[in-house]
Amino acid sequence: MTDIDITSQTMDGMGPHGTKVGLLRVLGPAHVWALGVGIVLVGEYMGWNFSVGKGGAFAALIACWFAGILYSCVAMIDSEVTSTVASAGGQYTQAKHIIGPLMAFNVGLYLVFAYTMLEAANAITAGYLFSVVASMTGHEAELDQRPFIILVITFLAWLNYRGVLATLTFNLVITAIAFIAIITLFLSTSGVLGGGIMEHAALFEGHELPYGWIGVLAAMHFGLWYYLGIEGTTQAAEEVRSPARSLPFGTLAGIMTLLIAATLTWFMCSGVLPWEYLGDGVSGSVAPLFDTARLSGSTALVWLLGFGTLFATLASANGCINDASRAWFAMGRDKYLPGWFGAVHPKYRTPYRSIVFLVPIALIFALGAPLDQVITFSILSGLLGYTFMPLNIILFRRKWPLDTIKRGYEHPFHPIPAFTLLGICGVTFFAVFLGYGTQLVAMIGFYIIVSLWFHFWRYRFVNRGAQFTMPWPKPKGY
Amino acid sequence: MDLWSYLEYAAWGLSALFGLHILVDWLRTDSTYSEDVLTSSREGELEAMAEEHKVH
Repeated sequence: MTDIDITSQTMDGMGPHGTKVGLLRVLGPAHVWALGVGIVLVGEYMGWNFSVGKGGAFAALIACWFAGILYSCVAMIDSEVTSTVASAGGQYTQAKHIIGPLMAFNVGLYLVFAYTMLEAANAITAGYLFSVVASMTGHEAELDQRPFIILVITFLAWLNYRGVLATLTFNLVITAIAFIAIITLFLSTSGVLGGGIMEHAALFEGHELPYGWIGVLAAMHFGLWYYLGIEGTTQAAEEVRSPARSLPFGTLAGIMTLLIAATLTWFMCSGVLPWEYLGDGVSGSVAPLFDTARLSGSTALVWLLGFGTLFATLASANGCINDASRAWFAMGRDKYLPGWFGAVHPKYRTPYRSIVFLVPIALIFALGAPLDQVITFSILSGLLGYTFMPLNIILFRRKWPLDTIKRGYEHPFHPIPAFTLLGICGVTFFAVFLGYGTQLVAMIGFYIIVSLWFHFWRYRFVNRGAQFTMPWPKPKGY
Repeated sequence: MDLWSYLEYAAWGLSALFGLHILVDWLRTDSTYSEDVLTSSREGELEAMAEEHKVH
C-alpha cells in the first residue's frame, strides 16, 4: 500500500470497490471547524434575538444555555458515530448503517431541506444587507435585492462546484473574521479595553421575566439559532484526510467556539439594547451585534461588525451548499434517489450534479418565499434530525458495543447525553408548536407522505446489496 | 445612475457569468466522460483499503 497517497489525484487508492472517480480527501480539522461554525455563526449575528421577544433577556440566556446543552450532546454523539461511519451523507449514512433504509431516507431529506432552506434564508439576508448598505451610503431609490440574492447563490455554487478545498478554505477565512469581530466587539464594549457601555442592571430592572416561565419555554424555539447547523461537520467525512481525528476535533472545537460566541453575544447585546427593541427582529433590531457596534460610537467597530455580518451570512450559505449537496449525492449513490445524482466531477472531484440541481431550488425559495417561513422549515427539519440522533447512538452502542469496533472518539457518560438530547428536543418541539403549530403538522405530514412513497415505490430501485459498506462485525443480537 | 445602480447591473452580469460557467462545464463533462466513470464512486473506499491492508 506504499504507492497510495489519499491526498493525491493520481495515486489515491481509488479502486478497491470499483471507484474510478471519487471525492477528494484533502480537508483537515480546521476545515471541519470552518464548515460547522461557518454555517452557524450567522445565528449569532441575527435571529437569536427573537428569543428575547418571546420571554425577555433572561429567558434568552436560559434558552442559549439549554440549547447549548442540546448541541453539546449533538456534537458529542455526532463525533463518535461519524468518526466511525466516515462517509458523505453524514447522519443519512449513519441512519443507513445503524437503523435502516426508511429512517435513512427521512434523515437524508431532513438534511437537504434544512440546509437548502437555510441557504435560501442566508441569500435573502445577504440581499437585505446590501440594501441597508446602499441606503446608508446615500442610495435614494429602493435597491433591487434580487441580483444580489442570485449572485450569492450562483457564486457560492460555482465555488463549491470547483472544489472542496477552496470552498472550505474560503469559509475558514471569512468565519474566522466574523468570530474575531465578535471578540473584538466584546473587548471594546465590556470595559476590558477602555470604558464599557454595558447597562445590564438598568435595562433588566422590572423586566426580568416579562412573560414568566412560559416565555422561557417559548424562547427555546429561537435558542436553537445560536448553534443550528453544527451537526453539518459530518458531511465532510468523506473528504477529510483523517476522519477519526479531524471530525471529532473540528466538531468539538466548533461547539466550544459557538458556546463562547453565543454567551458573549447575549451579554453584549442585552447590556446595550432594551429588550423590547432587541426582541423585535423585524422592525426593531434586525442585526443586534451590528446595532451594538453602532451604539459603541466607533466607526471602525461599525465597519468590522458590518463585514462580520456579511461574512457570517456568506459562510453559512456556502457551508449549506456543501452539506446539502453531499447528502443529496450520497442518496443518489445508493439509488435512494436517481443514481444520476451520484456522479463526481472527474477534474474537481465534487458531487457536481447535486450541487447544480439544488441551485434552482434554493433560488425559488430565496426569491419567492417569506424569510420566516423559510427559516421555520429549516429549523423543523433540523429538529427532526436531532430527534433521530439519540435513537441512533443508543442503537449504535447496543449493536456494536465499545469493544467490538474501533471508534475515532468515544463520547463520555452514555446514555446521559442521548436522553438529555431527547428531553430537550421534546421541550423544543412544544416551543415550536406554540408559535408555528400549523407548519409543524404540515411538515410531519409531508415526511409521512414521502415515507409512504419510498416504502411502496422507491425502495425497489435501491442498491440494497451495496448499502452496508463498513467492515464491522455482525451486530450484537443478529 | 449612481454607484448602486451600476452594482445592480454588475451583480446580474456576474450571476449570469457564474451560472453560464457551471452550465458549460457541466455539459462538457457529461459529454466527455462515460456515465460509468462519473457514477463510479462507492462509499467506504477508505475502509476497504484499511481492510485489504496487510502488515508485512
